[in-house]
Amino acid sequence: MTEPEKTDKKEKKERIPRQPMPEQDPRLRVTNFDEVPTGYSPETAVLEAKRCIQCKKPGCVSGCPVDIDIPGFVRLVADGDFLGAARKIKETNCLPAVCGRVCPQEDQCEKLCILGKKWDPVAIGRLERFVADYERNAGTIEIPALPASTDRRIAVVGAGPAGLTIAGDLVKMGHDVTIFEALHKSGGVLIYGIPEFRLPKGIVDAEVEYLRKIGVKIVTDAAIGRLKTIDDLFAEGFHAVFLGVGAGAPVFMNIPGENFSGIYSANEYLTRSNLMKAYRFPEYDTPIAKGKNVAVIGGGNVAMDSVRTALRLGAENATIIYRRTKNEMPARAEEVHHAEQEGVQFKFLTNPIEYIGDEKGWVRQMICQRMELGEPDESGRRRPVVIKGSEYAVDVDTVVVSVGTMANPVIPMTTPGLDTNRWGYIVTKDETGETTRKGVWAGGDIVTGSATVILAMGAGRKAARAIHDYVMSL
Amino acid sequence: MHRITEKIVLSENIVKTVFEAPEIAKKRKAGQFVILMIDDKGERIPLTIVDSDPVKGTLTIIYQVVGKTTDQLAQLEPGDVIQHVLGPLGHPTEIDGFKTAVCVGGGVGIGVLYPIAKALKEKGTRVISIIGARTKKMLILEDETRGASDELHVTTDDGSYGFHGFVSDVLRDLIAAGTKIDRVFAIGPVPMMRVVANVTRPHHIKTLVSLNPIMVDGTGMCGACRVTVGGKTKFTCVDGPEFDGHEVDFGLLMSRLRMYVDQEQEAKERCRCGKND
Repeated sequence: MTEPEKTDKKEKKERIPRQPMPEQDPRLRVTNFDEVPTGYSPETAVLEAKRCIQCKKPGCVSGCPVDIDIPGFVRLVADGDFLGAARKIKETNCLPAVCGRVCPQEDQCEKLCILGKKWDPVAIGRLERFVADYERNAGTIEIPALPASTDRRIAVVGAGPAGLTIAGDLVKMGHDVTIFEALHKSGGVLIYGIPEFRLPKGIVDAEVEYLRKIGVKIVTDAAIGRLKTIDDLFAEGFHAVFLGVGAGAPVFMNIPGENFSGIYSANEYLTRSNLMKAYRFPEYDTPIAKGKNVAVIGGGNVAMDSVRTALRLGAENATIIYRRTKNEMPARAEEVHHAEQEGVQFKFLTNPIEYIGDEKGWVRQMICQRMELGEPDESGRRRPVVIKGSEYAVDVDTVVVSVGTMANPVIPMTTPGLDTNRWGYIVTKDETGETTRKGVWAGGDIVTGSATVILAMGAGRKAARAIHDYVMSL
Repeated sequence: MHRITEKIVLSENIVKTVFEAPEIAKKRKAGQFVILMIDDKGERIPLTIVDSDPVKGTLTIIYQVVGKTTDQLAQLEPGDVIQHVLGPLGHPTEIDGFKTAVCVGGGVGIGVLYPIAKALKEKGTRVISIIGARTKKMLILEDETRGASDELHVTTDDGSYGFHGFVSDVLRDLIAAGTKIDRVFAIGPVPMMRVVANVTRPHHIKTLVSLNPIMVDGTGMCGACRVTVGGKTKFTCVDGPEFDGHEVDFGLLMSRLRMYVDQEQEAKERCRCGKND
């Protein structure tokens, strides 16, 4: 917690400090996959909520991609009406237990909290999580009254954050909504990507179950583009289609030896562990390499999830290899902090250029280059430049490549009239996500490239309004 | 949920299972595959579709019992269910425009080869098939393949049936005899496909091989199934499953297939122990 720079003398006495989040002890938690932060108690939540000064023009709301009435729900928490607070959030956000955990609040609502100018911002994310958990644990999740059916059918492709959000919104407007998901479970990145210790899968299942209860139909094991094309969906009588298929294809670095056994994409490593529950092998059938010396290449949130998974799978050395410095890392500060607490090692200004394998084709060494920071590049971050002659070898037995993802080509390939840009992402005409194909909207990572859960949800929300207007005009 | 309608043990450890998957059955073309997961604790494994019946809404798969999942699959009887089936995946086989094609199949690979031979034949291609197995009782689909071929050669490694030798030996002889071949399809164990590719390479006969690496999602999301083809990394699930045999790095494919050999052994043993309880 940072110390306030200047403190008003009068207020110093009475001001309640930002309430810390209780967490599992780092030494204990690296031995399990249970959630790291354990959540506020009702007393702590009320105390934290009382810090909110109920601004007339709340900055926090303008920082929220789904326009949650933040002062409204925080006041209800302060008054002890936790279920009322949950209902208030759900007016605009159908996945609060997820967002309370994985949103980068420090860059959104909390960044714009007026208290943050002088002191620490209200812990909006922790409060959101608290009320969502309270409601779920109380078993009192309310099913809202739904309007009369509009007889309009909408297909949503992909059961990730964008798809789940838009499905919830459209069903609440009286439409008949079907989600098609390629995997055997719904949730998209919430299920296959984000680890149990950061987002327990039971929570995602509960949020999906809520959508089913309010009438969303979900078809799993449905590979749209292969089993059915977008044209087939229209032929079956759907009036509009939303594509929220994510930026699912992993990027590799194309360096020698990258296909040796023991080298994974972060997508594969996390999918094995999270979706397939390989960390519980052999109770579950899917195996995963339990390396002793694990290197994770990259500095984003997915890299942090991977390296912390490696520790929990028993790695003796779990190391982040990043070509810039700590300052340029795209991962959330909280994730980096958690990783450091747990014993993750960081090798900055380092980049792999080749892998060496053994006679069985298993990776044994990684040749790295040292880097230094040069002039800023187009992203505004200082460009890493190779230090000539600085190559050295590191022993590794498992490597996770986490340098980003790109668009999966299957749907654009099989959908005439759907334009993509030069990176393969779907082109949208406006901020509602309308594509170049009539009746088809898109949102989330398949439009923006890899971003956050909440931005995908925001895209789903905007498209929902536009699709509603469109189908009602038919 | 996909109900099993038929199960036949074809040879010692090769099994044929037919199950309901009406939507996939309507769409599927020769060469495509499914990912299946028997139950919610299961592994996702890719299996090429051998046949489909769009009227009955069924798919046929043929597989060799090699690990826990295939063992478990082989235990399922008509009426039992497979929880999850995803497909049809991968590109269909290109079957147009060949006068003469040679279909080379080894072991359980004959199951995958047969629908391709059938599809080629339906297009009016002259089909010469060469199928082989280690020994006579492991040979599958002989009659079916014969029905889909203009000419059939059978080999066994031990000489217990047909030509005593390898499928690649017969192919070599056909080429030496001056047979004009437009395309070779080779499907079977990795060493067999590698040898066939080596036989046709000097003669510049394009040879397609169908690869069956380890997969997880099967939709291009994870990269578990990556192979090196012509020095470039390809994902078998979305770029394949068929590739130019002259370009595939078979050594890499084999080592990646053995990635979990220890865990597979462990899982299989536990599975076996469970049965004796």
